[in-house]
Amino acid sequence: MMEFLVAQTFNGISYAALLFLLGGGLTLILGVMKVVNIAHGSFYLVGGYIGYVIVRYTGNFYLALSGACIGIALIGMTMERFFLRGLEGQNLRQMLMTMGIALFFQDLLLLIFKGYPLNLNPPAFCMLELQVGKYSFHVLRLFMIGAAAVIYVILWWFQEKTRAGAILRAAVDNKEIAQGLGINVPFVTMGVFGLGGLLAAIGGVVGCAFTAIYPGLDFELLPLAFVIVIVGGMGSLKGALVGAIIVGLVDNFGRAIFPELSYFTLFAPMVIILALRPIGLFGKE
Amino acid sequence: MLKRLESRKRKLLALGAIALVLVLLPPVFPTYVVILMTQSLVYAIVAMSLDVLIGYTNLKSLGHGAFFAIGAYTSAILVTKLHVGFGVSLLSSMGMAAGASALVGLLTLRAAGIYFLLITLAIAMCIWGLLYRWVSLTGGDNGIMDIPRPNLGLGLDLLDTVTFYYFILFFFVACLILIFLLVRSPFGRTLVGIRDSESRMKVLGFNVWLHKYLALIIAGAFAGLAGNLYAYYNRFVGPNDSDLMQCMEFVLMVSIGGQGTLIGPNIGAFIITFLKNMVSVYTKRYLMILAFVYILTAKYAPEGVIGLLKRFQTRGKLA
Repeated sequence: MMEFLVAQTFNGISYAALLFLLGGGLTLILGVMKVVNIAHGSFYLVGGYIGYVIVRYTGNFYLALSGACIGIALIGMTMERFFLRGLEGQNLRQMLMTMGIALFFQDLLLLIFKGYPLNLNPPAFCMLELQVGKYSFHVLRLFMIGAAAVIYVILWWFQEKTRAGAILRAAVDNKEIAQGLGINVPFVTMGVFGLGGLLAAIGGVVGCAFTAIYPGLDFELLPLAFVIVIVGGMGSLKGALVGAIIVGLVDNFGRAIFPELSYFTLFAPMVIILALRPIGLFGKE
Repeated sequence: MLKRLESRKRKLLALGAIALVLVLLPPVFPTYVVILMTQSLVYAIVAMSLDVLIGYTNLKSLGHGAFFAIGAYTSAILVTKLHVGFGVSLLSSMGMAAGASALVGLLTLRAAGIYFLLITLAIAMCIWGLLYRWVSLTGGDNGIMDIPRPNLGLGLDLLDTVTFYYFILFFFVACLILIFLLVRSPFGRTLVGIRDSESRMKVLGFNVWLHKYLALIIAGAFAGLAGNLYAYYNRFVGPNDSDLMQCMEFVLMVSIGGQGTLIGPNIGAFIITFLKNMVSVYTKRYLMILAFVYILTAKYAPEGVIGLLKRFQTRGKLA
């Protein structure tokens, strides 16, 4: 029993690390731009494929990580600048637009890579097992948790301690006033889309080492990212972290205990939050 | 005044022509076209009911497809496992979908603005997850096969494509009339008032929450009815009938036709159904084409086909 609990909790937390990368980007984009980005799963998936190709030709995992980050950040910024600019405040049009972009990438990946699930090789040390007493921990999972923790700290430092972070917070709180104070808000929103994409891309590359990626995974992961944002509150990184941990644990224990209801277990945290605090744990009115 | 009468006459003429095609021509159309028309009519019921929410109440529900799926699965399960008759399955589908709408509405109406969109979609995907994974009840990925067509005892052979088309057409017309009466009724007028200014309606003493809640339940019941017919039409239901793609496709139908017009979403349902099926005959890249339809609609035609026609008309008058 104890072993089951430890193993499932560890799996849940390491999955949460991956989900944080996905949900964190989504919540930033939602907070600043008020866009529900259906193409967010595509950022994850395309990032994973870019990483896969780079690892295949160079064998270097870290190069793959950087390449995917740059690629997806550019795609995100292009998407904001050329496809979403001009649709501000019209959320239905924005959703249709991001849906179209998501389908475009899904079909493009299907065309290039066919539908086969793909895996990439993480650095060799990640394949080891760490033995602590009678429990063993997969190093790749520890690596995921470590990576997410480092990224959270960097983002926190960026948001709270730097001038660029202060500008970002100003844009989240009140666009008009930020604009009036001379902040270049269109530039900030473009940057946020790039940053959100970058986070998802890291998730995609790490995720591709962890579980296989395939076209269609984008839409399978999207509900998890949505629930993270609903539970955590939009625009809040702390919320995304807490939301990811809740969703990661609920999903993992759900799969283990009630396999037939595994997706539906996500419903529970959402219902509780909506009943008690509809703006999410760390959301602002 | 004369001009207005004339434009009204033209509109009636166009509608009359469409009605004639729908009623008279199916017996001479190729079977394939009649099948697609049947499917379009079923989807049109969903699109119309979604228009009551999006176009008339400004409730941008993205998860309406879930209630369609609940109706379809209810019918499929009852008919294949308990062999119930058509009447029971129809009422059960509507009841299940309306009941689910009532439960989900309690949650979604707590959220405002963009949260509403996010939450309706997230809940719809949980329902999809349930249908997909609850293998013992729903068949999981395999879905439910071999759903028999209803036996009404009227000597009608509903396995016949054209007869079944008229069977669906009957329900479509009934729904069209009911939804038309609904949006023209005082209740429907109040919904439009809420769409245009929620705070004004609140000040005027209307129970805004209750009106929205009832709109959600009514729209859910219509989606459930369409789902029921769909199960008989397709004779197979699977998790794809409730996934994100299907949910967004209903939203696309409403948008591409023209929201808040009731006729527009019907046109949208025909456009998307025919486009999807025709394109996949010629190319495997049907997703790519659908992607461009989404992008172009979002970018250039937010008011849909009806909006484009109106713009065209006013330009004609100015010249």
